[in-house]
Amino acid sequence: MSDFGITGYGAYVPRLRIERGIIAEAHKWMAPGLKGQAKGSRAFCSWDEDAVTMAVEAARDALAGSSADALKAIYLASTTLPYADLLNASIVAGAISAPTGIAASDAGYSQRAGTSALLQALKGGEAALFIASDAPVGKPASVQEISYGAGAAAFTLGAEGVIARLVGKASVTDSFVDHFRATGQKYEYAWEERWVRDEGYAKLAPAAISAALADAGIGIDGVAYFAMPSQLRAVADAVAKSVKFGGSVVSGLENGVGYAGAAHALLQLALALETAKPGEKILVVGFGQGADALIFEVTEAITALPKRRGVSGSVADAVATDSYLRFLSFAEGIDVEWGMRAERSGKTQLTEQYRSAFQLEAFNAGQCAACNTIQFPQFQFCVKCQAPRKQFRQVPLADEPAQVLTSTADWLSYYPAPPLYCGFVQFDNGARLLMEMVDVGPKGIERGEKLRMVYRIKERDRARGYNRYFWKTTPIAAG
Amino acid sequence: MATGIKDKVAILGMGCSKFGERWDAGSQELMAESFEEALADAGIERKQIDAAWLGSCMDAVNIGNSAIPASTALRLNGIPFTRVENMCATGTEALRGAAYAVASGAVDIALAIGAEKLKDTGYGGLPPPFKGTFNDMWMPMASAPAGFAQLADGYRARYGISKEELKRAIAHVSWKSHQNGVHSPKAHFQKAVSMETIMNAPMISDPLGLFDCSGVSDGSACAIVTTPEIARALGKKELVTVKALQLSISSGQETAMNTWDGSYVPNTRNAAARAYKEAGISTPREQISLTEVHDCFSITELVTMEDLFLSEDGHAVRDYLDGVYDATGKIPCQIDGGLKCFGHPIGASGLRMAYEVYLQLLGRAGARQLKAPSIGLTHNLGGVPYLGIAGISILGLH
Repeated sequence: MSDFGITGYGAYVPRLRIERGIIAEAHKWMAPGLKGQAKGSRAFCSWDEDAVTMAVEAARDALAGSSADALKAIYLASTTLPYADLLNASIVAGAISAPTGIAASDAGYSQRAGTSALLQALKGGEAALFIASDAPVGKPASVQEISYGAGAAAFTLGAEGVIARLVGKASVTDSFVDHFRATGQKYEYAWEERWVRDEGYAKLAPAAISAALADAGIGIDGVAYFAMPSQLRAVADAVAKSVKFGGSVVSGLENGVGYAGAAHALLQLALALETAKPGEKILVVGFGQGADALIFEVTEAITALPKRRGVSGSVADAVATDSYLRFLSFAEGIDVEWGMRAERSGKTQLTEQYRSAFQLEAFNAGQCAACNTIQFPQFQFCVKCQAPRKQFRQVPLADEPAQVLTSTADWLSYYPAPPLYCGFVQFDNGARLLMEMVDVGPKGIERGEKLRMVYRIKERDRARGYNRYFWKTTPIAAG
Repeated sequence: MATGIKDKVAILGMGCSKFGERWDAGSQELMAESFEEALADAGIERKQIDAAWLGSCMDAVNIGNSAIPASTALRLNGIPFTRVENMCATGTEALRGAAYAVASGAVDIALAIGAEKLKDTGYGGLPPPFKGTFNDMWMPMASAPAGFAQLADGYRARYGISKEELKRAIAHVSWKSHQNGVHSPKAHFQKAVSMETIMNAPMISDPLGLFDCSGVSDGSACAIVTTPEIARALGKKELVTVKALQLSISSGQETAMNTWDGSYVPNTRNAAARAYKEAGISTPREQISLTEVHDCFSITELVTMEDLFLSEDGHAVRDYLDGVYDATGKIPCQIDGGLKCFGHPIGASGLRMAYEVYLQLLGRAGARQLKAPSIGLTHNLGGVPYLGIAGISILGLH
């Protein structure tokens, strides 16, 4: 039995939620049938979130404050990565201060990419961070729009402190096309649900499950948790029944998250790990042009795992939105008139971005060795004593406690989620800077409010298709 | 040992264009308008100008780089002509260049002209700022009112003032300026506005509503300066001289250290202390007759009264509500209506403020003339309260 496996997990679900009833209500003039799907809420990305930012947040949760120094590899799986030719995982690596000697790779092209890439990472056998992050987008008034969601799950992999080890696996590959999205297309094209259910899930998943059970040398009665994502309702229960599974079917996270594409099976795995006990086995299935089945056995070490936000914490951390058009705008489903201020160029000077990466990527302040002042940004000389920067010690601010010193709600600036909340953030360690404040609920924001840092898109350069990232801040208390 | 420039420079003449939405005029026409008035006021010919400084801030919507557009517009051939830019202190910076040239003895007569054409943008308000390739990567892309609105939280917290009380005091700031603007024929806005309208205007950047913000206008203002001796030789009887010209610029302490509490503008305090010293003013509350300060936003003006040591710390709210800075008060502020009524064509504003002080000191301010003022102060605040530029000039009778 391998002594390599999952050593920690983390999750992130965007705070923004919309009740499905609001989506159905907006479309009832032409698609009254959507009302039947109008149960619960789904998560959605704010204008400044994407698969990369969610991946960073999930990774931070999985690392739980520990250093990324020992990582040898980082894997990122998604069907909605922002770049077709730019290593998305390298952006995540920069944000979490991963060492430069790390291997990085992106996986995608199928909603099975999450489980397939996790299998690869587990085969790799070296200390790694595996992240699946996805925000599939449905066309307005489609079943996908109302049922899809967004989220990310991350796992640290290693040989020490293994909380779950892979004891069985199998993959089935079959050119079954339930849906597809061509390169460059915004929305997918999906075939009839009944056929997908009967010929797809009902046949391909059990084949992979049987093979994985055989690989593990156990029967289905040896499995405690069954996790299989699907945007189709009740499919997981039907497959569980067909393989005579009698344990606990892991929640499909329909309420509060929605179907999160390539990340979904991994969110379910993370959710199962929140409650699984040592010795229990978790069966995870990924579906897409076949299926992967992975069987994990939970170890004693899980009882000693430090507490984290996880899936439950992420789902509970919600800010409700009452506007369908706001949701639609963030999904780039509507092109509203933002006014001439929005014409400002969002071009990023890649040279400057690279020069300043040491402080902007992982949000590092500098601490002056001469006077101990912690300062951001780091200019050539200390803000207090003018000592040169070369002796600054790098102090990460991403996890440093902070609060609001001053703030305002700016209705004048072009901002895709008006108003733009911004103000001075005072860190407990003495650092201070003016920052954007995001995911602010209807109560607004007040002086003294406790904040945490979040990794977001600072600038979306739509003309050139480039996202520039930076850190923002958000109230710890949601909504 | 530096002795400052007190009384080394006299104003020979000044001019100011009509401010407003000047659909009829570009920067060149605006400059010509203020220049012709100043030239006539000075009683000199174009060729007597030895050197010139142009203040102009926004390249993208204005005349472009260098002083060439100004030398061309004014047909000032072959003299040293320098363009300066220091955000909202640009106009004062141009005056500083011209005054220093005269004070140094390098030239006899120098011109300072500021102009800004803001209404060629196609929308209201200022264009989004470019903060530099590095700063744009991390600073929020916030508007000017969002920057100044930060003062409200800091000020309220320090002095324990409720949101409602502060809103009322800053509304009085704007109300007073609109009252004054009625008597300013060159102002953009010349109508009184009720407290109710000001208090209930749409929010721009909390707590600043529409009427807490200065207007956006086109305009130009101009000064011709020389030595007091030359001014007298040219026949000037009553002289307005420069008593002080000071500038203070942030090094980032307010934004990157944890000592500033958000309730005041350190730059204004620095520049004011130095300007009072240069001018020999020891009790500003008693000695200063009037001020024209940077009321880009109402909260700025309120805080500025403390930063200029005219109100005691924490007393500006009460002083405003008591009318200390009204036209009939002890130290009238924005007797011409201020940025509130003139708008803020950036390169011109500092010189427009000096123009009003100059008129008041010479008793030429018409319906808004104050009784026997002797010392006037102008104040500009560029950038944002926590990362900016304060420019102060003190002008007085010689």
